[in-house]
Amino acid sequence: MQWETVIGLEVHVQLATRSKIFSGASTAFGAEPNTQACAVDLGLPGVLPVLNEQAVAMAVQFGLAVHADIAEVSVFDRKNYFYPDLPKGYQTSQMYHPIVGPGDVEITLEDGSSKRIRIHHAHLEEDAGKSLHEDFHGMTGIDLNRAGTPLLEIVSEPDMRNAKEAAAYLKAIHSIVTYLGISDGNMAEGSMRCDVNVSVRPKGQEAFGTRAEIKNVNSFRFVERAIAFEVERQIELIEDGGSVVQETRLFDPDRDETRSMRTKEEANDYRYFPCPDLLPVVLDQAYLDHLRGQLPELPADKRERFQNELGLSAYDANVISASRDMAEFFEAVHSECGDAKQAANWVQGELSGALNRESLSIANSPISARQLGELISRVLDNTINGKAAKEVFQALWNGQGESADEVIEAKGLKQVTDTGAIEAMINQVIADSPAQVAQYRDSEPEKRGKMIGYFVGQVMKASRGTANPQQVNGLLKEKLDALL
Amino acid sequence: MALEESHVRRAAHLARLAVSDDQASGFVDDLSRILDMVDQLQSLDTEGVMPLAHPLDATQRLRADEVTETNQRETFQRCAPAVENGLYLVPRVVE
Repeated sequence: MQWETVIGLEVHVQLATRSKIFSGASTAFGAEPNTQACAVDLGLPGVLPVLNEQAVAMAVQFGLAVHADIAEVSVFDRKNYFYPDLPKGYQTSQMYHPIVGPGDVEITLEDGSSKRIRIHHAHLEEDAGKSLHEDFHGMTGIDLNRAGTPLLEIVSEPDMRNAKEAAAYLKAIHSIVTYLGISDGNMAEGSMRCDVNVSVRPKGQEAFGTRAEIKNVNSFRFVERAIAFEVERQIELIEDGGSVVQETRLFDPDRDETRSMRTKEEANDYRYFPCPDLLPVVLDQAYLDHLRGQLPELPADKRERFQNELGLSAYDANVISASRDMAEFFEAVHSECGDAKQAANWVQGELSGALNRESLSIANSPISARQLGELISRVLDNTINGKAAKEVFQALWNGQGESADEVIEAKGLKQVTDTGAIEAMINQVIADSPAQVAQYRDSEPEKRGKMIGYFVGQVMKASRGTANPQQVNGLLKEKLDALL
Repeated sequence: MALEESHVRRAAHLARLAVSDDQASGFVDDLSRILDMVDQLQSLDTEGVMPLAHPLDATQRLRADEVTETNQRETFQRCAPAVENGLYLVPRVVE
């Protein structure tokens, strides 16, 4: 039987506010345990939450970026459950009237095609603390620094049909929240976390199959792997005559499998009700317009502009626009050198390669966009050739010189374009290589093209890499063919 | 709506309340009467009436995103039954 996979994602994004969603405690990452958990976060008697304006603004900005309806009135509810890292006994969330209504995100797939994924809604809520299960004399340690950190939970419609689409969706969300600057998007530190709902159904069937929810899927790669495993598990189960149980499963990246989390517990019953400590949040049009005016150019718009106005390929435009830092770096390089294609090649090739090797982000690139742009300009105006350009790049990377011009001057890399000088070098090489010349002369005409490489190499060597390779090629061919 | 004792037991469990057998049967009566009142309210025609999220006719005030709290861990942990390395200790939670 042919099976179809149906996937929906719930993405939790930690909002990059300075203080918590309902208290004035700091949200900074990595502080000593419980030094950033105030009376409100601890749920001590008599405290009252007060909503953080910035958290509201960030949620709205996300909503606007995904073309969603922003709720004029949104309401906070209490989701009741007992767990030691939730000292109040409830999580303040938005169940019935979320701040962000239906919207959509466009994802780009590897083959360059795109697909629209609908967003069901996004709501504001507070994060819980952390349980540390290392052994404290048979007890569990609780750190409440994270309790009350604002989260935006973004719930998609079940619009994805395979693991690649799910990963592309997660990347699109990551790209939007980091462009907006509403989250650092750091998955390793838990700033962005993802639960995946997966089900399978016979191809052609309209009704959804029973879904399993996979938790703890905290990297783009894990999303693909967890889905791949889970789909196979469900299909095998059904084909063997069993049926999928609606349950929560945990992804274990070390063993590359999903495991049932808790089966003994009765179905969760969160008994949501409107939080009496918080009033309805009312947003007026002027406020929304103000926030809309502050939106930066978003990844999808940048991608389109890079493709349509700058002539980049769909692939290049997609890769470069995915991160705001990279897109802005590229644009600065482009404005310096004026050639979008070259700027894209250098940013994605030499620069990205060097950054990856040293695990640096583009924001911390040792080479500035101005330096790289200037370097490309020197290639474009024939001051240096491609080989020398790489040498200049390396020198700038290592901090040996302030500008491309300075390095070119200091290392004597200026390209030799003087025909007379190149001819002299060619004559010398031909005179020094009688055997190769004879070979060239005696070989089939169609093989000579390849053989010329030897002579080009010798001339380039003689010029210490500074001769213009196109000129060398042309002149060499003339001179060698004259000998036939 | 007539409640059964199992409903009371379940509600008590969800709220982590210890309820004795004697108390449970009493709660069945008390809670059933409260639910009867709710039933009475539900017989009203509420077509076109916005659900009320809060009895006060006011909207939420927002605060500026500023860190105003200082570290008071020592004070707060003085009333905790067990702490270690700055962590609150609780009976082991097994996932």
